[in-house]
Amino acid sequence: MAKVSTTKHKMPEQDPKKRIKNFTEVPLGYDKKTAIEEAKRCLQCKKKPCTEGCPVEIDIPGFIACIANGEFDKAAEIIKSKNSLPAVSGRVCPYEGQCEGLCTVKKISAYAEPVGIGRLERFIADYERNKGVKIPKESKPTGKKVAIIGSGPAGLTCAGDLVKMGHSVTIFEALHAPGGVLMYGIPEFRLPKEIVNAEVDYIKKLGVEINYDIVVGKTITIKELQKEYDAIFIGTGAGLPKWLRIPGENLDGVYSANEFLTRVNMMKAYEFPKYNTPIKIGKIVATFGGGNVAMDCARTALRLGANKSYIIYRRSELEMPARLEEVHHAKEEGVIFKFLTNPVRFIGDDKGILKEVEFIKMKLGEPDESGRKRPIPMQNSEYKMKFDTAIVAIGQSPNPLIPNTVKELKIGKHGNIITDEEGRTNIPGIFAGGDIATGAATVILAMGAGKRAARAIDKYLKLKK
Amino acid sequence: MYEIIEKQVLSETVKLMKIKAPLVAKKAKAGQFIILRIDESGERIPLTIADYDRDQGIVTVIFMEVGKTTKQLGKMKVGEFLLNFVGPLGVPSDIKKYGTVVMIGGGVGIAPLYPVIRDLKKIGNYVISILGARNEKLLMLEKEIREYSDELFITTDDGSKGHKGFVSDVLQKLIDEGHKIDMVMAIGPVIMMKVVSDVTRPYKIKTLVSLNPIMVDGTGMCGGCRVTVGNEVKFACVDGPEFDGHLVDFNNLNLRNRRFICEEEKACSCSGE
Repeated sequence: MAKVSTTKHKMPEQDPKKRIKNFTEVPLGYDKKTAIEEAKRCLQCKKKPCTEGCPVEIDIPGFIACIANGEFDKAAEIIKSKNSLPAVSGRVCPYEGQCEGLCTVKKISAYAEPVGIGRLERFIADYERNKGVKIPKESKPTGKKVAIIGSGPAGLTCAGDLVKMGHSVTIFEALHAPGGVLMYGIPEFRLPKEIVNAEVDYIKKLGVEINYDIVVGKTITIKELQKEYDAIFIGTGAGLPKWLRIPGENLDGVYSANEFLTRVNMMKAYEFPKYNTPIKIGKIVATFGGGNVAMDCARTALRLGANKSYIIYRRSELEMPARLEEVHHAKEEGVIFKFLTNPVRFIGDDKGILKEVEFIKMKLGEPDESGRKRPIPMQNSEYKMKFDTAIVAIGQSPNPLIPNTVKELKIGKHGNIITDEEGRTNIPGIFAGGDIATGAATVILAMGAGKRAARAIDKYLKLKK
Repeated sequence: MYEIIEKQVLSETVKLMKIKAPLVAKKAKAGQFIILRIDESGERIPLTIADYDRDQGIVTVIFMEVGKTTKQLGKMKVGEFLLNFVGPLGVPSDIKKYGTVVMIGGGVGIAPLYPVIRDLKKIGNYVISILGARNEKLLMLEKEIREYSDELFITTDDGSKGHKGFVSDVLQKLIDEGHKIDMVMAIGPVIMMKVVSDVTRPYKIKTLVSLNPIMVDGTGMCGGCRVTVGNEVKFACVDGPEFDGHLVDFNNLNLRNRRFICEEEKACSCSGE
């Protein structure tokens, strides 16, 4: 095996002490020299296990070889041919479980780190954006019209791919801004909104039209869209917050992660009152959950001025679903983790304002259906702690709006739209993908679903007379 | 962008605006609401639909200036534009033949009640309307509602018009007089809806209330508008805004509506309101 360094080149980051006082992005990205050095770590193995692990099928060794040769434009072209949102996925992908997890370099020794594929993707996306994005030539119009519902990662990817195939694509977005979870959910310090806007801008320049303020199912119906469009893709995401279902959850001071993050990210409450949407944070904040969203909330709380920000998770650190990088960043910033702890009830004062949370300690039992060890409450281990704010970040369910308004659509037991591997629903011409079909997952899986659905839609449109 | 086509000053703090929003107008039904945002730095606020004109593509909203956004909105002029105006949201009122319905509106709550009264009357219900306001000046839509009411009662807190007292007094009197009431709907201040629900509870008269809690997205995403209804958590934006008044936890609703009182004051003082 060729001689390669077993460690990834470090990506510079904002100092934790400084960054908890601002909302600017934490990692700062590779410079050209570091990117080339990191690219040279790639073994260019023929099997390309990394690409097999990529939900959007990027030719990873291909673009990395270009970086190693300093051919950044060519690298961008290779990435963009498969992925319309590389600046997004280059920031929020769970690489460790995908491309980087399968990297051959990892096999050199027990301590060897994979090639920094995510960091390289981000480098190229940023390089291209700063230089001015090249818009590919328009494809020959097919005369077919596709409606995309939701402008999140699934919808944007599907739209981008379809328009490149020559179809006319219109996106219908319920909110006033594009991006879905990229805009309302993921914080500025992890995914700057300027970058989301730039990626959306690219999709628009490809020829996709985006209509805002349209709640499909309310403002217009699927039936009306069916009359006007040859195919429909539903990418409405997992917008429905899950609750702990314990007493006191409606007290003032208890937020769903969605409300908390939407206020801060999309409505820019961190710049209140310049922006009119308020947020209250207090001094001591508890976030419940162990996923990326929970990390986002706990880290946002610090930036809003909380003195202490806790993550409360009912299992142990090992079972936490969050990306390692998010956990690492949260710890660096001083987020306090309380594992094997579950809330029992929220306690408020006479004005209905949250004051305390009662917890119970947990221990781990046998693995459950998720494969993770089941948390079991330990009797008589209850205790209370004072909190000003509590954020419930234990997951989201598929948005029920469209499933509720299209009775014929086949729905799974979790409220998800049932589709085949390529996004076909039980209604011909209606496709779905992303969290609305799978339940809450990752940005990149939604992008992959959007991509597969685009292919299936193209096939469908070619067969349709 | 959504143009302000017409503006009426109904009282010092209550304004009516007709907004050009053809897609919303086309689908709007009594009982639904919209969410608007004035400009880029604006918050999203819900307002109940007071009327709509499908042909003209116009939606009417009536609002009281209570916070930063409604005060800013109240200052806007005909010909100016709102940045966002999305709807119709929420579940429409169930328009069907109940028999005799008592329709109770308090203050600015009279506005969203009007289209429901109109539709219930058109379908053949016997409509008794009770409108309450602090004083005669603050009473709105009396003429319009009279047109669709078989009986109309007015109450004012100061006695400047109609019965001096509360809408619930008139409702209690109607019940005491032995009117057979098949449904009561109340829209207005939380305390008014609570009292009305308390009045009808012993008689098991179906009572609907329309709730207006704090919202952000209005599509079931944030859960900021959650209310407790019969020990279940419901989202006013997608499950409501109408709920069974006998099951609503009005105290919790009141507390949750006060969540950002301090911030609201700060926002107003910063903009010189």
